[in-house]
Amino acid sequence: MATTVHEPPKIEGQRDPSQSHGGFNSGGQDLVPGNLPAVRRYSPPPASTGIWVVLASITMTFAAFTSALIVRQGSALDWRHLTLPNILYVNTLVLFASSFALEMTRRRIRVVAGGLKADSVDASRWLYAALTLGLLFVVGQYIAWAQLRAQGLYLATNPNSSFFYVLTAVHALHVLGGLGGLLRVIRKMGNSTLRKSTLDATAYYWHFMDALWVYLLVLLWMKL
Amino acid sequence: MHDTAHAHAGQHAAPTSFIRKHVFSLDHKVIGKQYYGLALAAVLIGMFLSWLMRLHLGWTNLAIPGLHLLTKNGAPGDVMTPEFYLQLMTMHATIMVFFVLTTAPFAAFGNYFLPIQVGAEDMPFPHFNMMSFWVTFVAFLVLMSSFFVSDGPTLGGWTQYAPLSAVGQVGGPGEGAGVVLWALSIAIFCVGQLLGSLNFITTTLDMRTRGMSLWRLPLSAWGWFITSVMGLTAFAVLMPACILLILDHVAGTSFFVPANTVMNDQMQPHSGGSTLLWQHLFWFFGHPEVYIAIVPGMGIVSHVLVTNMRKPMLSHRVLVYAMGALAVLSYMVYGHHMFVSGMNPVSSLVFSFPTLVITIPSTIVVLIWMGSLYGAKLRINSASLFALGFISMFIAGGVSGFFLAQPSIDIMLHATYFVVGHFHLVMGVAAMFGIFAGTYFWFPKMYGRMMNETLGKIHFWCSFVGAYAIFMPFHYLGLAGNVRRYQAFAPEYMQPLIPLHKFITIAALFTGAAQLVFVYNLFVSRYKGEPASDNPWQATSLEWSTPTTPPPHNNFGDTLPVVYHDPFQYGVESSTGDYVMQTSPEKASAHDES
Repeated sequence: MATTVHEPPKIEGQRDPSQSHGGFNSGGQDLVPGNLPAVRRYSPPPASTGIWVVLASITMTFAAFTSALIVRQGSALDWRHLTLPNILYVNTLVLFASSFALEMTRRRIRVVAGGLKADSVDASRWLYAALTLGLLFVVGQYIAWAQLRAQGLYLATNPNSSFFYVLTAVHALHVLGGLGGLLRVIRKMGNSTLRKSTLDATAYYWHFMDALWVYLLVLLWMKL
Repeated sequence: MHDTAHAHAGQHAAPTSFIRKHVFSLDHKVIGKQYYGLALAAVLIGMFLSWLMRLHLGWTNLAIPGLHLLTKNGAPGDVMTPEFYLQLMTMHATIMVFFVLTTAPFAAFGNYFLPIQVGAEDMPFPHFNMMSFWVTFVAFLVLMSSFFVSDGPTLGGWTQYAPLSAVGQVGGPGEGAGVVLWALSIAIFCVGQLLGSLNFITTTLDMRTRGMSLWRLPLSAWGWFITSVMGLTAFAVLMPACILLILDHVAGTSFFVPANTVMNDQMQPHSGGSTLLWQHLFWFFGHPEVYIAIVPGMGIVSHVLVTNMRKPMLSHRVLVYAMGALAVLSYMVYGHHMFVSGMNPVSSLVFSFPTLVITIPSTIVVLIWMGSLYGAKLRINSASLFALGFISMFIAGGVSGFFLAQPSIDIMLHATYFVVGHFHLVMGVAAMFGIFAGTYFWFPKMYGRMMNETLGKIHFWCSFVGAYAIFMPFHYLGLAGNVRRYQAFAPEYMQPLIPLHKFITIAALFTGAAQLVFVYNLFVSRYKGEPASDNPWQATSLEWSTPTTPPPHNNFGDTLPVVYHDPFQYGVESSTGDYVMQTSPEKASAHDES
């Protein structure tokens, strides 16, 4: 059921609600009373704000892990060098490729009434490619853990291996969350209920996973 | 271009099944009530635990009938062991800080009223909102489950300092499974609060109705918004800390346990961990948590006061800026909890300075309240009395903060009852008074009935006098050298302090009993209270403009309100009396800054 907005009564000397100072809802002379979508057009969609809130929260989490790593490194003499498995560099390329595929998807879908729709089968293919590559990244990370285990480096072997496993595992969990987001996009695109803001938010999250991974890789390469 | 499909963000059909309506509800109002119910259950448990502790402190060898039911080994002959005392203390603090002071003023009232005050139908992500509550509920169950593991809950205090918290069973009763359950509970709690913060921030920024600029938000909404930003950053740091603590227990890692640590004559199989690392991570969350507990109370109290003063605050904007400054500074002061940790004295000064600076916005807030109250014809009711009580407690508890902010004095007072008195007044009791003020004020809107005023005033005076009777002597005890977390006072210099402890215990029992008056009032008024009108306080903000009381499922029926004014247009001449509602197009007064 569509919701409508009160039409303000015309009273001499009344306040104009659009004359408030600041805020997203302050302006807009062409607001049409009674037309909620028009009223809300001037506010950013919640998903587009929400995604930045989510990314800020994830940033704080990894900032905490980073500070823990730096403090722990300086607190004792048991810090040992750890050679990163080479597959991590391949995984990096796979994750980048996944982001590229998602961008190709975004370029191939168009706005239709009520939601977004794939312009062609190409868009769906690129989206599935993004999903598959993301999944491949997680598998690649698992192989990296297996390689470390084969060298006798477990979670508790030394502080370096502890941080390696913790940081990569927490990142992988976030990537799995992103894969869930991609599945949601696929489902919504299939029934034409996908919103542009949802797709954008998913894409920002996915690209952020790339940036976060590069940051972690550099951190691990420098510190471990 | 923004798409328009988000216009219905947060909108969902009214539920029809019992489960969807009352259990797994998407409605922010139901979720707010669920949070309030959880906080009420938690506060009663927390208060009961404090009674047990106080009885033990007053009469150390007292047998408390039935105490053995709470613990396997902690109460032989119903007399509390020292370890069980510490377990109760840890659980009391954890329950109160996380599940009462964070959930009630922020998550409960914020969930119920923030969307209505901004003029929205709901929060933008109702499923996340529902998850937020249920995740928090699971966290509470996980915490309480530690009472049922073999050696009971953790005894490490709510700060869980390492290495004690990280060595496992050898650290004492509850330091094995108890700590793991504690850390797991808090990590889950963090997830719940992060989901809540996401909704609060997006609701405030994106869901405001036509005409509702940020400066037209009521002060309570500002309090919740600022708190949600703090929660987003603070809980995102505590969660990794808890993960690392759990790994030290279950995976044998060495994040927090140094090499060569000997605990109970046993060398610990850890190497090179940092005990200070835990303190840094914990207090980076811990100090903002103080403000997470108190800033919503500031917003609620401001809202209640301005409604009952029938005139605007001296400055709405400065009050908001001051609350924002508190939030920012709260991240820069956490090191003052670590003055005696052996940190570099220069670091102590670096943390001492912002700690003293943070008193400036606190003082500004208090001065605005006091200046606004000056000359006001304050309506005396339960809500306004608790609002005044909040100010009193905030000042009384805040003043001792000046002393503790200075490293040279803090070294003497650290870990004494002086600190316990300080934070109980400024963070605990003040925040509780904020919750009470909010309850008496908004209950009519939440349930459509008034609470009993006489019982409310009895509740206030007993709580006000009782809280001072309990916590002011704590300062004296601290100055006299009474160390906190001691379960008995064997040293000779502490013997003369025991009568004072007995007095405090009696005061605690009395004040606790007075809270039962509140609980009685709450439940009886819910069903038999006098029916409330839509706007019983002649208030102006949007929650008093709903078409029905309690508000309908989508808050405003088929229409969303349009906002014409600042939130607090009181002391004006209008067709309705001395106020103009935010939704009224009637010309207001010179107060209206927008």
